[in-house]
Amino acid sequence: MSGHSTYEPKTAIERWLDSRLPILRFSKDHLMDFPTPKNLNYWWTFGAILAFCLGAQIATGIVLAMHYVPNAAMAFNSVEHIRRDVNYGWLIQFIHANGASMMFLAVYIHMFRGIYYGSYKAPREVLWLLGMIIYFLMMATAFFGYVLPWGQMSFWGATVITNIFGAIPVIGPSLTSWLWGGFAVDDPTLNRFFSLHYLLPFVIAGVVVLHIWALHVPGNNNPTGVNVKDKTDTVPFHPYYTVKDGFGLSVFIVLFGAFVFYAPDAMGHVDNYVPANPLVTPQHIVPEWYLLPYYAMLRAIPNKLMGVIALGVAIGVLFIMPWIDTSKVRSMRYRPMARWFFFIFIVTCLVLGWCGAHEPDAVVIPGVGAGFTLGDYPINSDVWLSRLGMLSYFGFFASLFLVPMFETPLPVPESISEPVLAHPATVPAGATAAPEKKG
Amino acid sequence: MLRPRKRRDEYEVADTAAAASHGEDDPSRRDFINIAAAAAAAGGVAAVAWPLIDQMNPSGDTLALSSIEFDLSKVQLGQQVEVKWRSKPVFVRYRTPKEISEAVAADNAGLRDPATDASRHKPGKPQWLVLVGVCTHLGCIPNFGQGPYGGWLCPCHGSVYDTSGRIRAGPAPLNLAVPDYSFESDTKIKIG
Repeated sequence: MSGHSTYEPKTAIERWLDSRLPILRFSKDHLMDFPTPKNLNYWWTFGAILAFCLGAQIATGIVLAMHYVPNAAMAFNSVEHIRRDVNYGWLIQFIHANGASMMFLAVYIHMFRGIYYGSYKAPREVLWLLGMIIYFLMMATAFFGYVLPWGQMSFWGATVITNIFGAIPVIGPSLTSWLWGGFAVDDPTLNRFFSLHYLLPFVIAGVVVLHIWALHVPGNNNPTGVNVKDKTDTVPFHPYYTVKDGFGLSVFIVLFGAFVFYAPDAMGHVDNYVPANPLVTPQHIVPEWYLLPYYAMLRAIPNKLMGVIALGVAIGVLFIMPWIDTSKVRSMRYRPMARWFFFIFIVTCLVLGWCGAHEPDAVVIPGVGAGFTLGDYPINSDVWLSRLGMLSYFGFFASLFLVPMFETPLPVPESISEPVLAHPATVPAGATAAPEKKG
Repeated sequence: MLRPRKRRDEYEVADTAAAASHGEDDPSRRDFINIAAAAAAAGGVAAVAWPLIDQMNPSGDTLALSSIEFDLSKVQLGQQVEVKWRSKPVFVRYRTPKEISEAVAADNAGLRDPATDASRHKPGKPQWLVLVGVCTHLGCIPNFGQGPYGGWLCPCHGSVYDTSGRIRAGPAPLNLAVPDYSFESDTKIKIG
């Protein structure tokens, strides 16, 4: 896809370096000249936004580690010390804490985009798998990070998540003890979580390099899902997509900044301002918002082991999506049935998120009573909505397999350029050439 | 001035940058946008970089501990007490009249870092010498009462200080520093 190199060393030093380490040639070919489909929309800017988020998390995280103390007796106070005493510590800590949420927001949009436009399908399966590995590592990193402030939510979140491994038959109890380094979440746990929280972002960065490598072999997918046919379908990455990504990133940073400066605790939880107390569990334990759908599914199943398996399958099924999907058409633009299942899937994820945030017996539809009891919970309860949501969640993956048998796709354009050239009227008059002359 | 990139003609797209540089329009307008964007980006980077740099400076709680009070009645004539101030030792030395006169006599002795003894204590308090007890060579703590001048001798590289804390021999370039301090009363000083 990248074709022959267009790099021409201009100076003697560049020629000298190029024959030894062609890093400038590599950068020019892959970061500037890389042929990119000319019809990418703003949903495609989230890759660059995620790269920014990872960079911001690493930069602020390195700084926070200079002041943080990974010790059960001092961790909570050291975070308060960062917020109150360290120069700009409040800013750096809020960027880091909200940055995790912003990164998950961006990664979910990035993933939904990949699903809608069929970016996971051949020949981009490895690209998708690497992305899913990044997503999994992000969840682990975020979990470890959430434990570090050593508040009540940190402590009990760590307790709940590590106890999930206790559901594994035979080895469960000794496995959790091994994870804890003791008989409960305590100082040894905090220390190893800090170590892993520092390590994993760099592992993510490494997988990101592979992710981009795997992207640059087949090249970008695009909103039509049609393969690039020739050079007229592409533009060089720079300046066309550096500018577009830059603009998308700027808008994203405004949202990011709004949280950091005006609602820094909006996505946190008040209980995490109470120092960890191993003897008292808060009334209502919830994970961070980006893990709520999985949490809802975990709770919806009354059997411990089965709940944990459902949780694993819910994440694992994303990995095998490229092999579940039987449709030959990539983009859901041309899939009238599948796109409805896609929108239902988004709603499902949001509903499951709502369920995860509320107590299992919470009433879903207010004012009509809890209704009759079906099995263990009233019909109008959070748990039954979670079960419905779970059915819908896994139903989406079934639809990927089944819908193509019944669906007649809309006509797919011959090339990326064709739909644009076929409807010149959609381009506003006078907006074609040389916009800089318009003053 | 923007110049058209070499391989631009490979891409059949409306190329406004190339068109502008061909003199069909005022290129300064495009340059202005480029310079403005770069300047805004540089300002943004600087605004973000400064908090990341400044966080390594002493934090608020560290600075809050930066001044201490000390009761001079704890020091006997001819002795010194070391006080910890900003993580470093401060020597509070109650000098004997002999030590003071030796120090004053050496005011014109061809010092490496010239300073009169009067400039190293508060007016009317020649008996009280308050110094940062850190050798100006490489940061070791000089030993009290040692060395040929009866002041201090640094154990690391042999710098010799006199009874006014001035450098007299050895590798150190400067006299022992006098911290900011003031007399709160006759028997109490505030350092920092």
